Amino acid sequence: MTGLRVVRAGPRTTVQDAGRHGYAHLGVPAAGVADSASAATANAAVGNLPDAAVLESTLGGDLLEADADLVVAVVGAGPIRVERLRTGEQLRVGRADGAYLYVAVAGGIAVDPVLGSRSTDSLSGLGPPVLRTGAVVPIGPADMSDPRDRLEEGGSDNPVMEVWPGPHLGLLRQGLYDDLLAHVWTVTPAADRVALRLSGPELSPGVDGIDSEGLVPGAIQVPPDGQPVLFLANHPPTGGYPVAAVVAHEALPRAAQSRPGARLRFAAAQPRD
Amino acid sequence: MGVTAGRYGDCAVRCVVDDLASAHRLHRLLLDSSLPGVVNVVPAWRTVVVTVTEPRFVDDVRAFASAADLASAATSDSLLHVLRVVYDGPDLAEVAALAGVAVDEVVARHSAPDYVVAFLGFAPGFPYLAGLDASLATPRLATPRQRVPAGSVGIAGSVTGIYPADSPGGWRIIGRVDDVLFDVHRTPPALLAPGDTVRFLPA
Repeated sequence: MTGLRVVRAGPRTTVQDAGRHGYAHLGVPAAGVADSASAATANAAVGNLPDAAVLESTLGGDLLEADADLVVAVVGAGPIRVERLRTGEQLRVGRADGAYLYVAVAGGIAVDPVLGSRSTDSLSGLGPPVLRTGAVVPIGPADMSDPRDRLEEGGSDNPVMEVWPGPHLGLLRQGLYDDLLAHVWTVTPAADRVALRLSGPELSPGVDGIDSEGLVPGAIQVPPDGQPVLFLANHPPTGGYPVAAVVAHEALPRAAQSRPGARLRFAAAQPRD
Repeated sequence: MGVTAGRYGDCAVRCVVDDLASAHRLHRLLLDSSLPGVVNVVPAWRTVVVTVTEPRFVDDVRAFASAADLASAATSDSLLHVLRVVYDGPDLAEVAALAGVAVDEVVARHSAPDYVVAFLGFAPGFPYLAGLDASLATPRLATPRQRVPAGSVGIAGSVTGIYPADSPGGWRIIGRVDDVLFDVHRTPPALLAPGDTVRFLPA
């Protein structure tokens, strides 16, 4: 069987694909890659479809070994790397530029899907386990396409993210949205795949909670302590605090890649027609 | 009975309806539609939130929801579940004290209604049940427990629910069921669905 061996795992490496769709109404988070743009780039580099399962390595540093001849791409640690590994060859994955780097293998990571997805759900625990040292992940059959070696490096370092107004501004303190856009927010160490917890001026929401309702990736919630929570790919299906703004789809990969200590700003998105 | 469907960011639609029954009807209509690009459809008390993979799919969802004829939604799929409950939870005495009644009376009042599964959230298979006797409404614990065992029946505010798996939790635990509320190897994986009815039977 074709496999990729984790000789040494980084701080937290999981299998992710586009996520577990269609079960949120049963309380199942979608999960999936935190940075869909980088994952798609890695997959394109090895000739996979964009949603093929990849390794998502938090902060990087993994040491991997090919159990068979493999084509591997690493995105998110310096320039894009594409390598042909022979059986037994090792790949040292560098430090991530942001929070996550992605390792794609031609043929895709082929662990058994759970409820239609190969993603590890860090909130509910569904899906494959976190990859520990010694784990071997199966690889699917690769098609005959050549890896693409002329790829655009996506993303920017712009810390300003476009946001849309949230649905609960009418319940929140007047002026809160303007305050959210006016200040600089710092990513705290409590950030993870579920959400970035941000610190900055206390926003004084003026309301303790709302009736629970569906959440979306990019939703910026304001709990009673007035410190914003920016939900990412592994957000819970529902939430009980007001949402003041929603990060634009295009900016979500950048949000996900923000590490503790990063300073973020939000700007009003402009409608494009 | 109308639907107000607005954009929620650029990859979702938030539909506001009149009541819980309308949310369930709209949820049913959206699930049965073949709208492209839909990721999830999440009903709640008076809303249904639809997420899509890309911004280009939003307009069709919005148009569909705005024009939805809620009266046409099939409701015959709802199931009745009778769950045996052992009422011996660690917070049962406190709930009784706060309600000013005996423990037996809490059991009687909690097991009397037919509850509607309003929605599932917080964890896979976790139901928020509507219909709790107002006298039993109890705030969450100030400090959540590190571990609430799977099957625990609890109260939080004016809602009652059941923990499908061991987890940290702040609900007031009054009893436990043996039923398996979530199993990935079952189809569908959750025992309960929005719109179903739940009856508790004291064991």
